[in-house]
Amino acid sequence: MKDKIRAIVVEHGRFAGNVSSLADDADLYAAGMTSHASVGVMLALEAAFDIEFPDRMLKRSVFESISAIAMAVAELLKEAGR
Amino acid sequence: MGSQTDASAARLERITELAERVTAPAAADVDRNARFPSESFAALREARVLSAGVPADFGGHGASLTELAAGCSILGQHCSASAMVLAMHHIQVLCIARHGASSPFFRTYLTAIAREQRLIASVTSEVGIGGDMRTSLSAVETTGSRFTLNKAASTISYGAQADDLLITARRDPSAPGNDQVLVLVRRGEFTLERAGVWDTLGMRGTCSPGFKLQSAGGVEQILPAFGDLASATMVPVSHALWTSIWLGVATDAVGRARTLVRAQARKTPGSVPPTALRLAEVTTKLQLLRQAIKGFIADYEALIVQPDGGLDTLSSIGFALRVNQLKVSASELAVEIVSHALSICGIAGYRNDGPQSIGRHLRDIYSSILMIGNDRLHATNAALLLVHKGD
Repeated sequence: MKDKIRAIVVEHGRFAGNVSSLADDADLYAAGMTSHASVGVMLALEAAFDIEFPDRMLKRSVFESISAIAMAVAELLKEAGR
Repeated sequence: MGSQTDASAARLERITELAERVTAPAAADVDRNARFPSESFAALREARVLSAGVPADFGGHGASLTELAAGCSILGQHCSASAMVLAMHHIQVLCIARHGASSPFFRTYLTAIAREQRLIASVTSEVGIGGDMRTSLSAVETTGSRFTLNKAASTISYGAQADDLLITARRDPSAPGNDQVLVLVRRGEFTLERAGVWDTLGMRGTCSPGFKLQSAGGVEQILPAFGDLASATMVPVSHALWTSIWLGVATDAVGRARTLVRAQARKTPGSVPPTALRLAEVTTKLQLLRQAIKGFIADYEALIVQPDGGLDTLSSIGFALRVNQLKVSASELAVEIVSHALSICGIAGYRNDGPQSIGRHLRDIYSSILMIGNDRLHATNAALLLVHKGD
């Protein structure tokens, strides 16, 4: 799942430099993802995993790293019984 | 609690008194000559208003956002430029008080603000970034324990009059544009070279031309994590205080219209003048504006006393939407109210002299839709609404 998330983050995060080697816990915002770009990441994740992030998850801490995103996605998939 | 409320009321009473005695008589000249409201600020310093937002532990008043907003609104009724300078100063103070209190340097600096009534200006604008506060081109360059920071600012309000500057910049020369820090430099640690003039339609007394900034200092003067600071404090506090100034400007414009309607009514006792109906309409809008600001500030104050300082909620998309909505709706409403007041006052309002003149109010209030352009905020909200569900 983290590879799939990483691919989405790299494609939609609009980073300035090369980020294919981003560590799972690297701070995506510090790596150059703007809050505007994070919306694109959220939309792409919703489409790829067929989920909807509830408003309580739409905050900086949930999208600050690949690990944090994976936790949120796993939680939503579990809730959906998948 | 009672004594705290009493102390707050007494401080606001003092601002009302000085605004009427000092700020109001100078307002027309400040506007006409686009000059800094120096007599206002001498009086505000004497009343120790520049440290109103500094916590009591550091020698300030520890005033709530409600109180700071009320003070800006009072001043805004007499001179919007004075009010805007004070609001921008309060914003810088709160950023330092809320995000720098764990640093020995900033704790000492907070006591200096209170003791010396230092005036702090904000340097967030930059030539070449198109008005996006969350992006910087300039970067902090560090050698050992010292840094240098140079920036071409497209506008610095009261830059020439400020004691100290709070500057956004990239963390280091290799950091991306949005990885920003906030840097404090004090008088003697920076030079400003004016680039251009500030000759505008309104808000003329804020004296906000562009400047080329060169500065240097110690690394302890850098506040990290500007992203959190911006969403938790700088943006919500800015929008709360700016909207409060606009409320003050709108209140005074409606007050002038009310005086005129009352004079008309006195000439024809027993019949309600037609302008009274327009006055009823505009006071309804004024009430709407007042309540929107009050509700936002109350919610914000409830959040920041939470154990995490409310950061979890303050950094959410839902709150970002709300902060932007307040600014957009309040600015549109304020412009509407002031032009409505002008139509009530008629030619007396259109004149640049006389007690019903609305000209300065109208010119000043148009800045509200431009300072962080409403189109930019609508565009941001449009993007955020693609993921926000409103649940």
